[in-house]
Amino acid sequence: MKKLFHGLGPGFIVFLVLVLAACGGSAGGPSGGAPSGGNTGGANNLNIAFLPKAINNPYFDTAATGAKNAAGELKGTFKQVGPSTASASEQVTWINTLTEQHVSAIVVSANDPNALAPALKQAIAQGIKVVSYDSDVAPDARQVFVNQANSEDIGRIEVQVLGKELNYSGQIAILSAASTATNQNAWIGFMKDELSKPQYKGMSLVKVVYGNDDDQTSFNDTLNLLQAYPNLKGIISPTTVGIAAAARAIESVNKGGKVALTGLGTPNQMRKYVKDGTVQSFALWDPGQLGYLAYYAAAALIQGKITGKPGESFDAGKLGTKMIGANGVVLLGPPTVFDKSNIDQFNF
Amino acid sequence: MKRLRTFLSSWEALLVVLLLLAIVLGSSLSPYFLTGFNVSSLTRDLMEKAIMALSMTLIIIAGEIDLSVASTLGLASVILGATWNAGVPLWLGMIIVLVVGATAGALNGLLVTRLGLPSLVVTLGTLALYRGLAYVVLGDQAVSDFPAAFTTFGFGSVPGTLIPWPFVVFVLLALVFMGVLHWSWIGRQIYAVGNNKEAARFAGIRVARLKLMLFVLSGLLAALAGIIFTARFSSARPDNALGFELDVITIVLLGGVNIFGGRGTLVGVILSLFIIGALRNALGLANVSGDIQNIVVGALLVFSVLGPNVAQYIQAALTRRRLAAGGSTKKV
Repeated sequence: MKKLFHGLGPGFIVFLVLVLAACGGSAGGPSGGAPSGGNTGGANNLNIAFLPKAINNPYFDTAATGAKNAAGELKGTFKQVGPSTASASEQVTWINTLTEQHVSAIVVSANDPNALAPALKQAIAQGIKVVSYDSDVAPDARQVFVNQANSEDIGRIEVQVLGKELNYSGQIAILSAASTATNQNAWIGFMKDELSKPQYKGMSLVKVVYGNDDDQTSFNDTLNLLQAYPNLKGIISPTTVGIAAAARAIESVNKGGKVALTGLGTPNQMRKYVKDGTVQSFALWDPGQLGYLAYYAAAALIQGKITGKPGESFDAGKLGTKMIGANGVVLLGPPTVFDKSNIDQFNF
Repeated sequence: MKRLRTFLSSWEALLVVLLLLAIVLGSSLSPYFLTGFNVSSLTRDLMEKAIMALSMTLIIIAGEIDLSVASTLGLASVILGATWNAGVPLWLGMIIVLVVGATAGALNGLLVTRLGLPSLVVTLGTLALYRGLAYVVLGDQAVSDFPAAFTTFGFGSVPGTLIPWPFVVFVLLALVFMGVLHWSWIGRQIYAVGNNKEAARFAGIRVARLKLMLFVLSGLLAALAGIIFTARFSSARPDNALGFELDVITIVLLGGVNIFGGRGTLVGVILSLFIIGALRNALGLANVSGDIQNIVVGALLVFSVLGPNVAQYIQAALTRRRLAAGGSTKKV
């Protein structure tokens, strides 16, 4: 009897191996018995899933609202899933889950461009369309990237805004999100390049810290910056979670107005700080429009209207016709700068 | 008939039932659960925990515990990333990482055997220590540009089938461990030590040396799991595998290994491995988040410790009642 017990374990493993080998195929399609993916071929089955960097993030929730509107217009379905913290490995788990659920398209904002690539390529091999938005992945792991604005514009505008506020002199720091986030690193690259221009020679970038899009971490990071660099004159935080936490941190040590803060934030989060002077101006775009455009792009891919090649164009509902640029990138438009004069016109 | 009843009343039978229940739950939650692709995927997700569970089984049977396995995995992953970044060839980096893992395990083992500290406390401390070291090594950075061949090993399957490469590694290790635990003198020594440490020592077993070897083995396998994890996600981060020790220990305890040592089989552990894997996969397909999945796993952990104890208590109570009624203690 004991021998039979001990046979159970290896027996089970052998069984599993046989199952996997039998169901094997080069791409590993679903075995017979499961309904074959009608969504992948059907022109009207718009089962689109959004996978942001993390859920419960107001920026991505606003994008989701825009996407839901698009889903309503196109009569498709929308769902948003994601990790509770900005973790690339958890995003991979979600990508696998979505692949197994055979959604028509995955729209993802990446915490790490390379970590997600194998899982996304597998999804593409299963016939699922992949669109990246907000933060790109490796170009061969997606078909279209919906960029909110030109990365160069975003990076340079941040530095230009802060430079003007500080009269082009002083120490500054950057409070970023995850250290591997594609969009952050692209913007920071352009920020550093802008800072190397002659008119900024009075300013120096002393540190880049990574708050991981976590409120508590960003808050503590800002306080540490203020303590470690008593002469710090300005902070750029190109992340909506980061800038909100930094504003709170600056106010909590009564440095509002003494340390300039700018970056990317939502008008609703920043309204209080703009009105009381902690933040003079900041930039963003409409995340709702970003989500809306990403949904339309995914739908166009599913319906076969585009394949992601430069030069193709597709209908983007209220946003008109959008053309795909080099590297499969679609631009939403130029960033908007918010300050006291216009912040009350927006509600997101 | 008596043999069948003995089997049916064993913990392994209960596990088989649980596994079938998990499979039924999974297929009712999603039509894609029983596809080859999904089974391959859930197996792939499971392999790091599976490898760590193999050595954890031996440690718990011997009467100790190792809470630091996930932190050792994270440290190993980070060191692999750091060496790769520094230009060290990957194969050399992997050897360095395995040595680091074994050293981490040795530290645990020495503190437990030489200083006589309880392993619960020691490994709780090293859980924090090794995770902290991982953060020191890489800071808040992450390394993610590993070569494609490495990623294919972690993420891909044996060509022509759906068998993930890490599964092949696990099967080989599992066969070795089963041979050692159930059919060799080392295994018998481990059971003896777990049942009664003092008696084992008087019987001539080198208890301290055995336990030290088990901790070194645990660290080594955690480092191996770290290599596989890094390959699978193509990403070396300090927070890799955060919280995995919950699943690993649950798998071992649910598998029928007694927390107080001396009892348990690898067969049970392998069955419970797939129960946990199937459960997590099924819940994920139903869009249940990882945090809520932890509730289910935690409940299973409590059940797996409570269950046998409650069963024993009930049996003892029944025996007492039978004696009080004037009957005999002989089982019917």
